[in-house]
Amino acid sequence: MRDAYIYDAVRSPRGRGRRDGALHEVTSARLSAQMLDAVKRRNGLEGHAVEDVIWGNATQVKEQGGCLARTAVLASDLDQSIPGLSINRFCASGMEAVNLAANQVRGGAGEAYIAGGVEMMSRVAMGSDGAAIAVDPSIAMETNFVPQGISADLIATLYGFTRDEADALAVESQRRASDAWDAGRFANSIVPVTDQNGLTLLDRDESIRPGTDMQALGALLPAFEQMGKTLPGFDKVAIMKYPHLEEIRHIHHAGNSSGIVDGAAAVLVGSKDFGVAQGLTPRARIRATAKIGTDPTIMLTGPVPVTEKILAEAGMAIGDIDLFEVNEAFAAVVLRFQQAFGVSPDKVNVNGGAIAMGHPLGATGAIIIGTLLDELERSDREVGLATLCVASGMGAATIIERV
Amino acid sequence: MSDFSMDVGDDGVAIITWDTPGRSMNVMSLQGFADLEALVDRVIADDAICGAVITSGKPDSFAGGMDLKLIATLKERVGEIPAKGLFEGVMGIHAILRKIERAGMDPKTNRGGKPFAAALPGTALGIGLEIPLACHRIFAADVPKAKIGLPEIKVGLFPGAGGTTRLVRRLGAMAAAPLLLEGKLNDGKQAKAAGVIDEVVPPEELVERARAWVLSEPKIVKPWDEKGYKMPGGAPYHPAGFMTFVGASAMVNGRTQGVYPAAKALLSAVYEGAQVDFDTALRIECRWFVNVLMNPSSAAMIRSLFINKEALEKGANRPAAPDQKVSKLGVIGAGMMGAGIALVSARAGIDVVLLDQSQEAADRGKAHSAAYADTGIKRGKSTPEEKQVLLDRITATSDSKELRGCDLVIEAVFEDPGVKAEVTRQVEAVVGEACILATNTSTLPISELAKASTRPEQFIGIHFFSPVEKMLLVEIIKGHETGDQAVAKALDYVRQIRKTPIVVNDARFFYANRCIIPYLNEGIRMVTEGINPALVENAAKLVGMPLGPLQLTDETSIDLGVKIAKATRAAMGAGYDDACDDILFWLADEGRLGRKAKAGFYAYDECGKRQGLWTGLTEKYPLAAEQPALVEVQHRLLFVQVLEAVRALEEGVLADIREGDVGAILGWGFAPWSGGPFSWLDMLGPPYATERTSALAAAHGARFSPPDLLREMAAKGQSFYGRFAPAEAANG
Repeated sequence: MRDAYIYDAVRSPRGRGRRDGALHEVTSARLSAQMLDAVKRRNGLEGHAVEDVIWGNATQVKEQGGCLARTAVLASDLDQSIPGLSINRFCASGMEAVNLAANQVRGGAGEAYIAGGVEMMSRVAMGSDGAAIAVDPSIAMETNFVPQGISADLIATLYGFTRDEADALAVESQRRASDAWDAGRFANSIVPVTDQNGLTLLDRDESIRPGTDMQALGALLPAFEQMGKTLPGFDKVAIMKYPHLEEIRHIHHAGNSSGIVDGAAAVLVGSKDFGVAQGLTPRARIRATAKIGTDPTIMLTGPVPVTEKILAEAGMAIGDIDLFEVNEAFAAVVLRFQQAFGVSPDKVNVNGGAIAMGHPLGATGAIIIGTLLDELERSDREVGLATLCVASGMGAATIIERV
Repeated sequence: MSDFSMDVGDDGVAIITWDTPGRSMNVMSLQGFADLEALVDRVIADDAICGAVITSGKPDSFAGGMDLKLIATLKERVGEIPAKGLFEGVMGIHAILRKIERAGMDPKTNRGGKPFAAALPGTALGIGLEIPLACHRIFAADVPKAKIGLPEIKVGLFPGAGGTTRLVRRLGAMAAAPLLLEGKLNDGKQAKAAGVIDEVVPPEELVERARAWVLSEPKIVKPWDEKGYKMPGGAPYHPAGFMTFVGASAMVNGRTQGVYPAAKALLSAVYEGAQVDFDTALRIECRWFVNVLMNPSSAAMIRSLFINKEALEKGANRPAAPDQKVSKLGVIGAGMMGAGIALVSARAGIDVVLLDQSQEAADRGKAHSAAYADTGIKRGKSTPEEKQVLLDRITATSDSKELRGCDLVIEAVFEDPGVKAEVTRQVEAVVGEACILATNTSTLPISELAKASTRPEQFIGIHFFSPVEKMLLVEIIKGHETGDQAVAKALDYVRQIRKTPIVVNDARFFYANRCIIPYLNEGIRMVTEGINPALVENAAKLVGMPLGPLQLTDETSIDLGVKIAKATRAAMGAGYDDACDDILFWLADEGRLGRKAKAGFYAYDECGKRQGLWTGLTEKYPLAAEQPALVEVQHRLLFVQVLEAVRALEEGVLADIREGDVGAILGWGFAPWSGGPFSWLDMLGPPYATERTSALAAAHGARFSPPDLLREMAAKGQSFYGRFAPAEAANG
């Protein structure tokens, strides 16, 4: 089997996912097209240079519906002979796009792909595409569905993480992200978003709160306590699945959970031959990819089993990994990952994560692969692993190594 | 004779009167449906008829519901495929109600058609409301005692003749939820406020007002049959509806702990039905309804909570004896139990003499009734006049001569044989020869107490559960010498106070306590084994027990547990199993006597509100490294009760498995979804139950050894209801 390589990775800065966010006025297709155009421009791609555009998005309705991938291609400067495939694995959609592309290349189905994703959370609200798992009683009751915030608090309760530990992780995420920006560590990947006249709309992640401290976070009320304890009472539903727990401790709030933002990212994946033909140098080899299903109630523990799975398949051990990106959907997800593998926080999300910079659902998987690669290059290390927890109880992971 | 008759007036309005012969309340049968349909056809076809009013021939009610035998009949209709018989049968009912609703209108233009009004003189339950919901306007007489609603969920069903679909489309999912999911009943005014019916009118104007409406050439097309209909509050994928539906599943799931199939099916019918047109929604409702009817849990719940409960209330096991209705009751001991007994009896119209050692104590007992009435007045359910009538019926006294003329005396004094014997002698000195003397003991053998009586054949146990006002079951215990007349007296009395009786023979702890005490002990024992107390409590709830064993022990108090432990040890000697003694005695020594002491297995705040399991438990009994699977804990908690019920049957304490099942659910809340211990064993099948309990016995001790009766039934391939059900069992 041949290898798949990453030739380039770009992302937009992330705008606050609200009406006053800097990207709120930009359509999903236009933001996507700007990422595709950046890849085309930076790598001099002409004509049918890539086989397909695989585009992740978690809320495929309204302007993100109707196969947004194809719409984005047509809205970009890419050749119309390049089709477009929209995919959805919730929060891992962007990663799954890269993994799919890599595996297509490995299997010989095409020489190169642009893979990535977009989520305009200020424009198409999270969950507005409906979800039978949450609403269909015959399924929701059978699977003991609870919202993600309850699942995150369940992880914290089950594995013994305190509010202080979660808040400390959030403070550190803010500090690292802020420092990383100040040091220009994202400069190579950031594609500023512009309007149709070339005016810059956003060139820096908008949601970071530098200087966030424990005291500031301590003032925030737990976000999921009321829906858990009183109406409609999700805690009881979760405890039905985890009956040795007496109660759920609610530790998560807006400050130690990922931010709601707008954003997009794209990764150019290709074979060795593609690089030779295009005169491009590969930056990293995609060494392994993996996905897994887990208990849908606790929902967000996927990074642990999927990491075990990917390491086994790659014939590697946890100690072989130099750097980790573990998506900061909620603080407890990262705490659990570090606990399960005994990994030092110094190796995880070293430039901050989604708690500080936000989590544009369909794009994040591609973003963190790019961030991981930039940091491996900057710190001159070899192997990195990126992983995300996924709604409805899934996990996804990618291992890359520099070449 | 037909259940329905029709009278067409000169004005062209047909009055259809429902009057089931030989019943105090109308009940719907297959024949009834056929009769109704024939009349509906005539109304629609006959040009001389301009519309119809459907009402009742009974003075205070429209209908009590469906004859549940109908379900059995439908099941047998299509030979080997009961689901098909049910589906086709229920769809046939839909067709009749839909015919009323469409009333001959043109299917495309909605033109034409004849108005149907429902005129409810009072109570309208189940199908008795589903038919009106298919009509075009619902009138109800302003009768405060009327009960209007869809209580199907309470017997393990849900409204399956369009009531679910129509109510949700009429009110929206949120507003319909308490009516469907809790079976909430309303009087006419409340039903109108809730949007269930359209008009409340004075009883004497009922039919005329409905008639006038029919004559007013009203618009009759239902909103859901018009273009552009939108469900109130939003369908599931409407932003507002989405949250309602997400919340509904969670709420029902948490509340029912996943053990009641009817609630889940009901919600599914609502969710799926809300996304399609009305006729498709009815078909979906029907498929889920059949799914519930085919579920063994629903069948068992209907059998125990509806058919057999009613049979027992009607005196299924009453000896032949003349009417023994109580006219004057003596209650001795005005403590919590005595005061409660006085209250429920006076409420039933019985004159009560409430006797205690001092006037103050007797007055305190009577004050309980006053407080109860005050709460009723505050809630608008009673009036100061009714309170006065109630209190006038209770004579609080310290003078035993007041007992003169009582035809039943119940003592509820301290659980001490000496004290009780003294009371017996005292009573018998005053009352007449025909008077029956009953004891409300929960622990002392009746036959022993009867020794103090000069007429043991008139001595009986009437065991109430606490709180008396709330608990539906009364356990009647026959001593060795108790005669038929005493049994008939007790049964007639229980019927008067509208509770459900079971009659058992005298043995240690009778039936209910005999089963519930092992449940408590098993839970406590698990804590001592290092099993996570939270797992014990949650496992109980997840198998449908209303309270976990540790919480229930706190409620009934630790010192009672200690007392029972000591008494049992004394009675059993070497055979006594002391596994729970250490922990109980330790808690008692620590002053953790349960909820009343604001400390027990649980921690409580100063107001007595439960805060969580007391952390001291796991300090003294550290959690075992290896915790059992949920199902292992559940099986221990259930089988320990169920095997005791089988032993009670084997030993002749229980004479009738129907009493065993109904008594378990009403008496101590035994997993109602199961239909009771014997229904549960039938569901599992005696072979599996024998195998499983043998394994439990090997792992945990002889208390789980399957009784010979169970082994024998397993070997013979018998079921409890196959072998023990009385011939006339299904007389509901």
